[in-house]
Amino acid sequence: MIELEGLTKRFGTKVAVDHLSFQVRPGVVTGFLGPNGAGKSTTMRMMLDLDNPTSGRVRIDGKHYRDLEEPLKYIGALLEAKAMHGGRSAYNNLLCLAQSNRIPERRVAEVLDTVGLTSVARKKSKGFSLGMAQRLGIASALLGDPEILMFDEPVNGLDPEGIHWIRNLMKALAAEGRTIFVSSHLMSEMALTADHLIVIGQGRLLADTSMADFIQRNSRSFVRLRSPQQERLRDLLHEHGYQAVESGNGTLEIDGATTESLGELAARHQLVLHELSAQRASLEEAFMQMTAGAVEYHAHGTDVHPGTDSGPRWGDQAPRWGTTSQGK
Amino acid sequence: MASVPAVLQSEWTKIRTVSSTSWTLASALLVTVAMSAALCALMKATFDELSPAERATFDPTFISFSGMILGQLAMVVFGVLVVGTEYSSGMIRTSLAAVPQRATFLFSKIAVAAALALVVGLATSFLSFFLGQALLGEHRTTLGADNVLRAVIGGGLYMGLIALFSMGVAAMLRSSMLSLGILVPFFFLISQILSAVPKAKEVAKYFPDQAGAKIMQVVPEALNTEKAPYGPWGGLGIMLIWVAAALVGGYLVIKKRDA
Repeated sequence: MIELEGLTKRFGTKVAVDHLSFQVRPGVVTGFLGPNGAGKSTTMRMMLDLDNPTSGRVRIDGKHYRDLEEPLKYIGALLEAKAMHGGRSAYNNLLCLAQSNRIPERRVAEVLDTVGLTSVARKKSKGFSLGMAQRLGIASALLGDPEILMFDEPVNGLDPEGIHWIRNLMKALAAEGRTIFVSSHLMSEMALTADHLIVIGQGRLLADTSMADFIQRNSRSFVRLRSPQQERLRDLLHEHGYQAVESGNGTLEIDGATTESLGELAARHQLVLHELSAQRASLEEAFMQMTAGAVEYHAHGTDVHPGTDSGPRWGDQAPRWGTTSQGK
Repeated sequence: MASVPAVLQSEWTKIRTVSSTSWTLASALLVTVAMSAALCALMKATFDELSPAERATFDPTFISFSGMILGQLAMVVFGVLVVGTEYSSGMIRTSLAAVPQRATFLFSKIAVAAALALVVGLATSFLSFFLGQALLGEHRTTLGADNVLRAVIGGGLYMGLIALFSMGVAAMLRSSMLSLGILVPFFFLISQILSAVPKAKEVAKYFPDQAGAKIMQVVPEALNTEKAPYGPWGGLGIMLIWVAAALVGGYLVIKKRDA
């Protein structure tokens, strides 16, 4: 169990993390989602006591990180792939970590086997590909057989096989009852691995919800209709109490209806349909919409500037998704 | 709390499993011994050309350490790399996640590296001394002569303290390149040049290398060296103050800064 209480980090005048409070529970994969620059890595570094919070605190099983006896036995973290000395072999990089926390040396060989690096254990880690370095980082996280595991963007730069492997590893670790906290900027990735979701934007909590809830609330399903007799169709739908929204190109979108009922309705009134299809908005869209006001770096200049009027927009809506509202 | 013996063992593994350790320490030893031997041989060949005053103050012990001017740079590199590569490799975050007590982490690392530097430093100074004396022929001295043993052990201490000072500076600057960029020119050029410039040399006397090197001198004004307002142990004391200041600075930086 990890608990954050009003965690805040300022760099000069810039607020990177803004009164974050949430809990990461055991036995599930908790996804930590946010656009680039949202403060995910800073938050994770503060959780590991690498960065000092400006205010607020983090407790791991009720303790401050610094008070953990041999912390690798409680919490293992992959922060960045290349956080190892390149001139040292994979085995020795892990050995010195194991020794510092009095972890038996046999664990080094075990975790190298778990991540599939046994054959390159004696090779210098600077020759490793990103995927291999990522696996070495995961091996170091697993070294102390900890109850809590944190992964910062673990699938970045991995090939499909590697991504698949990490997903299954995280699920397996959670199934053993461990606390898994994994960050990503890809909603699609989270949808596949996470059971619980914490979304932040510009350092603020936007959502703290179960994945199932998020999907249910945010994956809008609707029916798309296209007809050469659009005016008649529209009147007909109105008569039968359907809300039709025009979505350009002569198509209508109807929420809360099935293709069967609409198809039969059109048939009864002998309307020609060119399209009748069930649609589902992607979670990625829902995520982008949620964080739209909180994206730090916009691709084009016409978007709202962060910090001017973007804050209140999502600040007002955040509780809609969350069980915990943000701190301000 | 992290167990100190465990952290010391971990730091020893770190030091012995990178190749920079062996090449920097081997260079420190070989360069010092070889250059000292060459200068001793040269001195023997040209001894008769020295002025009477120079002959009177000839210090066979000190001359057998003359290669340290170059050899100490390898010690600087060793000290800087031990601390600096934690930062340049990104290993520091992994290390501090494993040992969040930053004082325990930093001083365990420094203790292990300094002990190793001291052992290599002592080996260097004894080797330099014996080889140098052998090459000086009739101008040689012996370990049993007054103050000679102090100077030879002092040579080892000097090498160890140079490495220790460099570790403190690297911990303050958190960068190998920056630390080397400052320390190497400082020890090799600035300190040497300033010690020959009038007025500036009054200040240069208190530089860590200038003050510390007095411990290796048996004849106080040997080879036209400046008379210092402190003795050999006083000089080593000044060097120790520099080292302590660098270590305290390094500790404050690692304690306060985000990793």
